[in-house]
Amino acid sequence: MKPLEDYLVVDFSQFLSGPSAGLRLADLGARVIKIERPETGDICRHLYTSNVIMNGESSVFHAINRNKESFTADLKNEADRQQVWELVKKADVVMHNYRPGVMERLGFDYESIKAVNPEVVYGEISGYGDVGPWKDKPGQDLLLQSLTGLTWLSGNDGGPVPMGLSIIDMLAGTHLAQGILACLVRRSVKGEGALVQVSMLESAYDLQFEAVTTYYYDGLLPQRTEKNNAHAYLGAPYGIYKTADGYMALAMGSIPQLAQLLKCNALLPYTEVAQAFHQRDEIKAILADHLQSDTTESWLSVLQPADIWCAEVFNWDTLMQQDGFKALNMVQEVQMQDGYQYQTTRCPIRIDGELLTSAKGSPALGQDTDKILQEIKN
Amino acid sequence: MVKPLDGLVVLEFSQFMAGPTAGLRLADLGARVIKIERPVKGEAGRQIAIRNIFVDGSSLVFHTINRNKESYAADLKDPEDLERVKKLIAQADVMTHNFRPGVMEKIGLDYQAVQAINPSIIYGVVTGYGSEGPWATRPGQDLLIQSLSGLTYLTDTHDAGPVPFGLAVADIMCGAHFVQGILAALIKRNKTKKSVLVEVSLLESVLDLQFEVITTHLNDGRKLPQRSKNKGAGHAYLSAPYGIYRTADAYLVLAMGNLHKIGQALDVDLSDYASRESWFEQRDEIMDKLALKLETKTTAEWLAILEPLDIWCSEILTYAQSLHHDAFEAMGVKQNVILPDGQELSTTRCPIRIDHNRLFSPVAAPRPGQQTEIINQQFNLTGA
Repeated sequence: MKPLEDYLVVDFSQFLSGPSAGLRLADLGARVIKIERPETGDICRHLYTSNVIMNGESSVFHAINRNKESFTADLKNEADRQQVWELVKKADVVMHNYRPGVMERLGFDYESIKAVNPEVVYGEISGYGDVGPWKDKPGQDLLLQSLTGLTWLSGNDGGPVPMGLSIIDMLAGTHLAQGILACLVRRSVKGEGALVQVSMLESAYDLQFEAVTTYYYDGLLPQRTEKNNAHAYLGAPYGIYKTADGYMALAMGSIPQLAQLLKCNALLPYTEVAQAFHQRDEIKAILADHLQSDTTESWLSVLQPADIWCAEVFNWDTLMQQDGFKALNMVQEVQMQDGYQYQTTRCPIRIDGELLTSAKGSPALGQDTDKILQEIKN
Repeated sequence: MVKPLDGLVVLEFSQFMAGPTAGLRLADLGARVIKIERPVKGEAGRQIAIRNIFVDGSSLVFHTINRNKESYAADLKDPEDLERVKKLIAQADVMTHNFRPGVMEKIGLDYQAVQAINPSIIYGVVTGYGSEGPWATRPGQDLLIQSLSGLTYLTDTHDAGPVPFGLAVADIMCGAHFVQGILAALIKRNKTKKSVLVEVSLLESVLDLQFEVITTHLNDGRKLPQRSKNKGAGHAYLSAPYGIYRTADAYLVLAMGNLHKIGQALDVDLSDYASRESWFEQRDEIMDKLALKLETKTTAEWLAILEPLDIWCSEILTYAQSLHHDAFEAMGVKQNVILPDGQELSTTRCPIRIDHNRLFSPVAAPRPGQQTEIINQQFNLTGA
């Protein structure tokens, strides 16, 4: 039995943040119904990445919306609205990611739904919260990275470098799922509903909670290393280094011990622990130079037996050939209603020793509308 | 306010980051989180510092991750201490640990043993790479996981080599998934009244973080990500203009949008790139053209042109600007915790709001064993 079996989620959200939360709830066992506009649907259906089209729609849409149903409704049409009302009355969870004020205008805001469904757990994601000067700004991932200081942490010292994924969107979705689940825990004891709100702004700072707390403490901005930067706040050797045949990652480790293991005499003078942080640029330059003299495998064969934290650097091709990757069974195959099959990843959580997989692919726009209308009538 | 997890007791045997960040979230949501720590020294994370900063005997990072918790000192190799811990487990709702495979079996607190003590406990385990397979015993450290997972080929330029995300994102995502799993397990337990095992790993979590792009890779003939040659490009899979550009005085960010509308607004001729496909295929060229133009005006001048047209753009802020901005202040993201000597430490609050309430707590991270006595009394651990 999956934990959320028998739970119904009615999801008005689109793009990535809200729908990624819906995906998690679906994988945990809930029935998730996407409410989509007729004809266009979730805009993400046609938001292509690297021009990849799968069965007529974007690869990203298929990744985010598998294991869900699709119900089309025009929220400005009275007949459609009545149908949606029937659905939200039955829902355990309702969620959306419209900008502040939009759901109030559409009439499906928390107060209105609570009036007919007092135990509902209602989740919403905004870009910047519902107060303050940015509340009407577009809540877009790269803009959030840029406005919250995140672009000064990755890459080497120099200009701003974004993290190469829509990480704030995903985190906001993750936090929304947490809040919804926490309130479902309470509901399962006390029968109370709840309003859960997250914003990309709060999620972006939460991601940076260590760095922000450090800034509050010493007032200093993050300082990336000149080369081989991996974390603006950590000392040498923390970073990725080029070797004779590829790259290797080197996390924590005492410099004198590394000097000895790697037979790198130039590192011997750095005997004080504090030097590993204060003179990290020098130390990293010496290491970077030295590590190019031999292969990754040869370095790892010296360092790993000595319990130094180090690793190979893989791309997806080399990763997927590893037995360590295969042992995870992380890839699953899903099938759409029309028979189209595709591969994707599974939920990263295991419950009672079982993988949370589902063979159900993403829904074609409105594919479940008739079936759901029948259910509403009965 | 009554927080959603009020009344739940969580025992945290976890150390370092992934497990303890999950504990922090559960604490902020209302649970009572008790760290079970070695006497005197406490958990190993107390000694792991960034920028070498220590506060009240433990690293500032430890304080950031472990505020709003209590600490119970116990030597799990000492039979009397272990007996007390077992009595505590009998009264807890959740326990978490991130020991390497085999350690809890040796102590006698593996899932099977704990079920005998408490048949309705949620037992949460964090590993680096899962509990099976050839990597199960490797050290589960964030940078290593990033490096093994393919994540380092998504950021920065195509000639930059592998570039990690500059934060412990594997730990952070894994901790976040751990919270989801534990909460889902509590929902299940409230139905079945039976214990539930929850397992997450850093590697699975950082693969999940890449779920969109890995799905693309699995279905596009297994192409590898192609990063742009342009410094500041925002995403290996997205079309021009997505990225950060230099202006006359600073930087300007352009997200996705209709390229022709953006070209018109900036007065750059992009008519050669008629199809949407070309916006991706020729993005480096397009970004070069935009970059040349954007250098001619200040960021403020560009924003004044672009924002009224609803083009997705922004300036770049540093912490010095961002953390003092009205938008930040309005959301009340900052909170203070009070250290034992009365000093205050500023940090961020829980990012989730419940029933219009922001979740604050002034409770700082505990010293090792700070609540041992009171917990002994409250849970009746020392009595016969």
